[in-house]
Amino acid sequence: MSIKKVLTGNHAISYGAMVSRVQVISAYPITPQTQVVELLSEMVADGILDAIFVNVESEHSAMSACVSASAAGARAFTATSAQGLALMHEMLHWAAGARLPIVLAEINRAMAPPWSIWTDQNDSLSQRDTGWMQIYVESNQEAFDSVILAYKVAEQVYLPCMVVLDAFVLSHTSEPVEIYDQEKVDEFLPPYKPMVAIEPGKTFGYGALAAPDTYMEFRYKMQKAMEKAITLFEKEGKLFGEMFGRTYGLVEEYMMDDADYVIVTVGATTSTARVAIQELRKQGEKVGLLKLRVIRPFPFDKVREVLKGRKKVAVLDRNISFGHHGIFYQEIKSALYPLKERPQVYGYIAGLGGRDITVKDFIDIYHDMKNREDMVEIIWKGVKL
Amino acid sequence: MKNWNIPQDELLYSGHAACQGCGGALAMRLALKAIGENAVATIPACCWTIISGDVLYHALKIPVFHTAFETAAISATGLKAGLTMRGFKDTTVFAWAGDGGTFDIGIQAISGAAERNEDIIYFVYDNEAYMNTGIQRSSATPWGAWTTTTPVKHPEDKPKKNIDEILAAHKIPYLATVNVAYPEDFIRKVKKAKEIKGFRFIHIFAPCPPGWKMPSDISIQVARLATQTGVFPLYEVENGKNYTINYLPPKKLPVIEYLKLQGRFKHLNESQVEYIQQMVDENLETLLKKHELTHGTLENIPRPEFYK
Repeated sequence: MSIKKVLTGNHAISYGAMVSRVQVISAYPITPQTQVVELLSEMVADGILDAIFVNVESEHSAMSACVSASAAGARAFTATSAQGLALMHEMLHWAAGARLPIVLAEINRAMAPPWSIWTDQNDSLSQRDTGWMQIYVESNQEAFDSVILAYKVAEQVYLPCMVVLDAFVLSHTSEPVEIYDQEKVDEFLPPYKPMVAIEPGKTFGYGALAAPDTYMEFRYKMQKAMEKAITLFEKEGKLFGEMFGRTYGLVEEYMMDDADYVIVTVGATTSTARVAIQELRKQGEKVGLLKLRVIRPFPFDKVREVLKGRKKVAVLDRNISFGHHGIFYQEIKSALYPLKERPQVYGYIAGLGGRDITVKDFIDIYHDMKNREDMVEIIWKGVKL
Repeated sequence: MKNWNIPQDELLYSGHAACQGCGGALAMRLALKAIGENAVATIPACCWTIISGDVLYHALKIPVFHTAFETAAISATGLKAGLTMRGFKDTTVFAWAGDGGTFDIGIQAISGAAERNEDIIYFVYDNEAYMNTGIQRSSATPWGAWTTTTPVKHPEDKPKKNIDEILAAHKIPYLATVNVAYPEDFIRKVKKAKEIKGFRFIHIFAPCPPGWKMPSDISIQVARLATQTGVFPLYEVENGKNYTINYLPPKKLPVIEYLKLQGRFKHLNESQVEYIQQMVDENLETLLKKHELTHGTLENIPRPEFYK
């Protein structure tokens, strides 16, 4: 029987790792991630979870330990935030390049300086091109579910996966979370059996030097694996729904049937946007919501299918690529460009460093988008100058 | 020392990519003879990244996980954890790194693994510079040496970092210095290390003919002189406090005998050589005191006939 617990986003992640039966956990404390691994270290010490917990001296080492434990054939897990993720950067490439299905919970936190411990997406999006899959979640239940799903897909395509959740908005906020029966999780996620693993008696060099005549094929295969993951996220998300009652895809649509105007969100702001859309619908506005859930691999086809034929789209970015635009705004535009008839797309930047994004902000964004005729490409929301 | 007891089995194949006279290649050959086949290695960026062969080839009879420069110690830790969870509990897991990856960029992860007393062997094959990228100084480069970043006009002006004392301060169960010119001592210590649980550190003296600007056929001669002059003493440290010197030459040779064979020291004048001699003497003196503190006497330090 499944049980319901009131859990913070952080502890939902810990439980997600527990029911996924992770075997090696290696971590370093960082706010607001720390609670994830505090609970896991307790589970390991209490014998509830059969795993080795390595208390390392840095995030660089945390990811390195996961990389080699995974190369040795074990299911590996870690969690981090912001500066910690940045310190892992080199080893994120190593994990992906070595084709290791590690799962990392990343608590979205703004990068310093100036110091900030609150949410924004620049830390995880700076790692967008490392070869990691990235899932952004909206609730604590989705955080828990996504850890299990992440392993399920990662272990089929041999690519690592990040489960990303907002600092404090989710990480330290309690919500009811359904913890599924372990036997059922085991049925969905069987033990990790890698195609190739380091073990005594098997003589080979893993990750050795590749000359120009062999290197490029490694990269080609990584891209093909990403493309395969697109189908797998849909397939496994559906199967997950059949087994546990919650179906997940690459994107989620809300009130989109007749929507002329669309707001695009990623992460916890989605819940706020849903309320704004309900309000606007009551006033007769034809507005809907597109939530991006998986952003690597990027669901090009899905995004085109959903946004095709709409009048205008507003993309909310809790991030910015300095000297360019908001990152999701870029991604949505690039997905729509091949279409002959494209909706007008506007990019709104809001909520950096944990600044609140309210229902009223989304209502304002909606009216601003609807009435806008100019081509301005970055619209800052709520900057105090 | 009367009977040779070096295993005949070769776990390093010929056809590897090392230079002629490479101390690092010989070191791996000897280490594997002592460890045997039930082993797994991790190698960070260093000469051995190349020596072991590219993606289509592999020169070792054990599996190797290639890892990033600063991660040898933690990579071995992760391998050990992963293998343990998979039931391979008696496999020897070792890290194999150069002096750059050990004395410099890798020291944080080494300190972490040593402090946690991870059950791995850490080998550093020390050729006293970053050789793989073309002979740049590392903190293992000795005072007075030429490298491409400490050119003859401005040779290395800092003494070699004492990595062994840093590791000994972590109170690890076992630490040993070995020299490719003393294979019996080398094999004995690696075998001993293999039987100990916890973090073990083996510091290998491994000459590099191109980096030291010397002919490849005098590699072993120069390596032997390093120990006979006291530049690289052979000793063990157990639990960070028990020091044992394993060998002292019957008559300590002057350091000039060691320096004069290598192009990297040829610019040195008499007073500079004298300064090196002084440093070597002081270091050896300190070590002798530690041996005496442990054993109460200096009398039992072996001075085998063989090396006279």
